[in-house]
Amino acid sequence: MTTTASKAVLDQVAQIVTEVAGAPVADVTLDKSFTDDLGVDSLSMVEIIYAVEDTFGITIPEEESKNLRTVGDAVAFIEAHQA
Amino acid sequence: MTLRSTPLSPGARILGVGAYEPSRVVTNEDLLARLDSSDEWIRQRTGIVERRWATPDETVTVMAAEASRRALAHAGLDAGAVDAIVVSTVTRFVQWPAIASRVAAALGIPSVAAFDLSAGCAGFCYALAQADALVRAGTAGHVLVIAADRLSDMTDLADRSTAFLFGDGAGAVVVGPSAQPGIGPVTWGGDADQADTITQTQEWTDALASGTMPYIVMAGQKVFKWAMTEITDVTRRAIEAAGLTPADIDLFVPHQANDRITDALLRYLKLPESVVVSRNIRRLGNTSASSIPLGIARLYADGLVRPDAACLMVGFGAGLVYAGQVALLPAGAPGTVPGPVNPPIPPNPLNP
Repeated sequence: MTTTASKAVLDQVAQIVTEVAGAPVADVTLDKSFTDDLGVDSLSMVEIIYAVEDTFGITIPEEESKNLRTVGDAVAFIEAHQA
Repeated sequence: MTLRSTPLSPGARILGVGAYEPSRVVTNEDLLARLDSSDEWIRQRTGIVERRWATPDETVTVMAAEASRRALAHAGLDAGAVDAIVVSTVTRFVQWPAIASRVAAALGIPSVAAFDLSAGCAGFCYALAQADALVRAGTAGHVLVIAADRLSDMTDLADRSTAFLFGDGAGAVVVGPSAQPGIGPVTWGGDADQADTITQTQEWTDALASGTMPYIVMAGQKVFKWAMTEITDVTRRAIEAAGLTPADIDLFVPHQANDRITDALLRYLKLPESVVVSRNIRRLGNTSASSIPLGIARLYADGLVRPDAACLMVGFGAGLVYAGQVALLPAGAPGTVPGPVNPPIPPNPLNP
């Protein structure tokens, strides 16, 4: 997870999390849990999923979205599903 | 054979706005006795600080008729000017007659055309679209458009996800003919495949057999996502349909479903900073289709409506259905502005 591509994806995810949930950009690192560390509640998570889908042009099925516990999970999912 | 048709009107517009807020204030604290939650949690998730629940005397008809009287007073019209009444409601416990007929009787105009419609929380915008079409087609001169509901009757006070959401109330507007269009084209539709997203716990026939009320049940996160994706687009299209741009909008009154939905809509719509946004949910909770006219009335009470203000409205809810349009609002004259919106507050039976 140290490639330039990963860093770019992480930066964009961090921007989304900051805009939606107000967490400082610097706090949004791969190991952080959305709910436990970044103060993301269920509605914010729905919005983050939507913003990620919109930004990266991917679809995250509902059953998959439940597995995206950490920022790293989200970045890995995005990288695996990006065209 | 050629049939004659009614002479068309070049436009229709809102001539008066009225609202009725029930007298009983219910705070978050009042609900916590029966609910495992907290004031902070409720405010954070919904924005709601308090809501109003109707007393037994404040029936849907009583609230609808009072809101109508205020709308007529604002318009400077007698009830006799009304040709048709349309009521949007989802809490009508009598199948017939329609609430609209009861309102007609209450207003002393028993001979007018009167009917109810059911389009969930989008009902006001649906009804406004009907009134616009009726007036422009020459079918009716003046139409009373009313939204009235008592959601408290169908709220499960033990449901952690909905008990604090809903409130009661009514709002009304008078629509009449005008030289220029004052109500933009409606952008409406739905997603009927998501019909189960907002529904009731059981049908009335089952409720009769079991002896328990049907309650509102809602998949909140699904509604939230739908609102963010679909309703953002619907709102944009409603502005375009009226031939306007976001810079032309003065007031934005989305259905008051949840402050967080309003936040999300604003984030994606990127309306100019100058647009006044209704946050009436904080005072009244989610009052179904009534939330839009109640929200507009509140903006009048707060002195935020200039004459001919362009008001962007979007309703969305059970169906799932949505409807949005832009309408110009009339000036508010002293003494005839909608209200009083804050009647005296009686003791709260939930928290004596």
